Amino acid sequence: MRAPFRTTAMDSIFGVPVQALFGQLLIGLINGSFYALLSLGLAVIFGLLNIINFTHGAQYMLGAFCAYFLLNKLGLGYWWSLLIAPIAVATTGVIIERTMLKPLYKLDHLYGLLLTFGLALIIQGLFRNEYGSSGLPYPIPKELSGGHNLGFMFLPTYRAWVIVASLAVCLATWFMIEKTRLGAYLRAATENPQLVQAFGINVPRMITLTYGFGVGLAALAGVMAGPIYQVSPQMGADLIIVVFAVVVIGGMGSIMGSIVTGFGLGVVEGLTKVFYPEASNTVIFIIMAIVLLIKPAGLFGTQR
Amino acid sequence: MRHQKIAFVIMAALFALAPLVVYPVFVMKVMCFALFACAFNLLIGYGGLLSFGHAMFLGTAGYAAAHAAKVWGFAPEFAILFGTGAAALLGIVTGLLAIRRQGIYFAMITLALAQMIYFYYLQAGFTGGEDGIQAVPRGTLFGFIDLSSIWAMYYTVLVIFLGGFLVIYRVIHSPFGQVLKAIRENEPRAISLGYDTTRYKLLAFVLSATLAGLAGATKSLVFQLASLTDVHWTMSGEVVLMTLLGGLGTIFGPVVGALIIISMENYLAQLGAWVTVVQGVIFVICVLTFRRGVIGELANVLKKPL
Repeated sequence: MRAPFRTTAMDSIFGVPVQALFGQLLIGLINGSFYALLSLGLAVIFGLLNIINFTHGAQYMLGAFCAYFLLNKLGLGYWWSLLIAPIAVATTGVIIERTMLKPLYKLDHLYGLLLTFGLALIIQGLFRNEYGSSGLPYPIPKELSGGHNLGFMFLPTYRAWVIVASLAVCLATWFMIEKTRLGAYLRAATENPQLVQAFGINVPRMITLTYGFGVGLAALAGVMAGPIYQVSPQMGADLIIVVFAVVVIGGMGSIMGSIVTGFGLGVVEGLTKVFYPEASNTVIFIIMAIVLLIKPAGLFGTQR
Repeated sequence: MRHQKIAFVIMAALFALAPLVVYPVFVMKVMCFALFACAFNLLIGYGGLLSFGHAMFLGTAGYAAAHAAKVWGFAPEFAILFGTGAAALLGIVTGLLAIRRQGIYFAMITLALAQMIYFYYLQAGFTGGEDGIQAVPRGTLFGFIDLSSIWAMYYTVLVIFLGGFLVIYRVIHSPFGQVLKAIRENEPRAISLGYDTTRYKLLAFVLSATLAGLAGATKSLVFQLASLTDVHWTMSGEVVLMTLLGGLGTIFGPVVGALIIISMENYLAQLGAWVTVVQGVIFVICVLTFRRGVIGELANVLKKPL
């Protein structure tokens, strides 16, 4: 496969240099990894709690900052962060769920959205006061530094790791929800919480842990994003809006749907950057509008 | 209804006399945002639709009016009309898309559409990007009222605000407003009664967008500036906050909410990002313990809808 790319005749596709094409494709896959992880967390939370977690972007940012603190205050490196940061941020999520979200379940679901929006403003505001708007660097762990020359492009090891790791986490989550007993409880509680509770399963605790899990996924994404995008208070603020569009496109119904849509839209966005850069910021929103016209429930969703 | 009319007269008198004691530019800002919040409230409070992208109408009308006044030399009345029309047009297009889903999805879709509009204005040439459209001429209203005088401008804004407010008041108390409330309470039942709920929702959305546009167009003439701030999602969040704090679904609530939030921003301006934190705290408090809002609580005490 490599040989044709070395020949001068194949140096460009549709007038675009191969290097640039694959470079953007890679960036697209990286962005797609984060879209997938974040929309997966949103979908899991939405499934059981029926709220859209607007704090998701802030919690993604908290994950990155947690890794930054672990490295600079405690000297704990990337691998420890991958473990500790999601647990730490998930713990704050559990506290938020128990103290603030729980009283809202009996009200209109929009109140959950408003509350989590307020929390996002507080968290992002506090961090912006402390660290300004510029990014803080987070080094790539030395085990993952460097890269490989694939002949047609240079593949940095860390970026390959992010794609593989997030894909693995997404598929593991899918497996857990769709194929295990715990997941069966979860899906059952999504359908009919009262009935599941009547069978002797502690649904309120399951809801709390689900929120914690979704938040943990966001924090994990944040840790992985640190070495690529830098750690900054606003890193999740605009991202979360794109992720909302991803969620609308995919539809909330299916776990696999949010994974596929996340990666797919990342790639589409990357390709747009090559062929029509002016639209790269808006292409996902345009796709959302088209999907709404053709299939209002989303590509994988069911209207409810 | 009578006490609502009395309350309206008191409000009109207060705004008419306010510049005697308060800085007029500040009150004009309050009035623009109050109209914006009232327009937003028409949708959430009476139609039950939470739009998280209303800044796109405020900003679009602001850019359109500023461009018309500055580049095309429109008279102020036509610049405002043009800006309002642009917002109405955008309302039709985005409304047709957004009302295809409800509840949380509606909020996410409007937010995403507004973000798309934001990115468009960020790149489009005529908006001036990060600089915005500056030094917009206020012009001469109807050919004889020179708006560069602060008092002429002030009472023009007052008339626009009160006019917009009365339109909303009228809509809420019309049969159309009653059907909207019915849809908010129980859409399937409204459908079974034979109402084409999609059309009602779309009309409410376009009306809300138009009036938000009126606020945005006026604001761009007052401050002689149209900028990205007015299209950003933080602005959409702010109008939600004003309405929530004042009282969702109350007639006067958004005005009070706008007054409180704009005053707070004025006094806390030098504190930078703390404004965001305070806004977030108000959001959390309102949702957890103060869901009726200021006017909602007052109405509850007086046992009269306000």
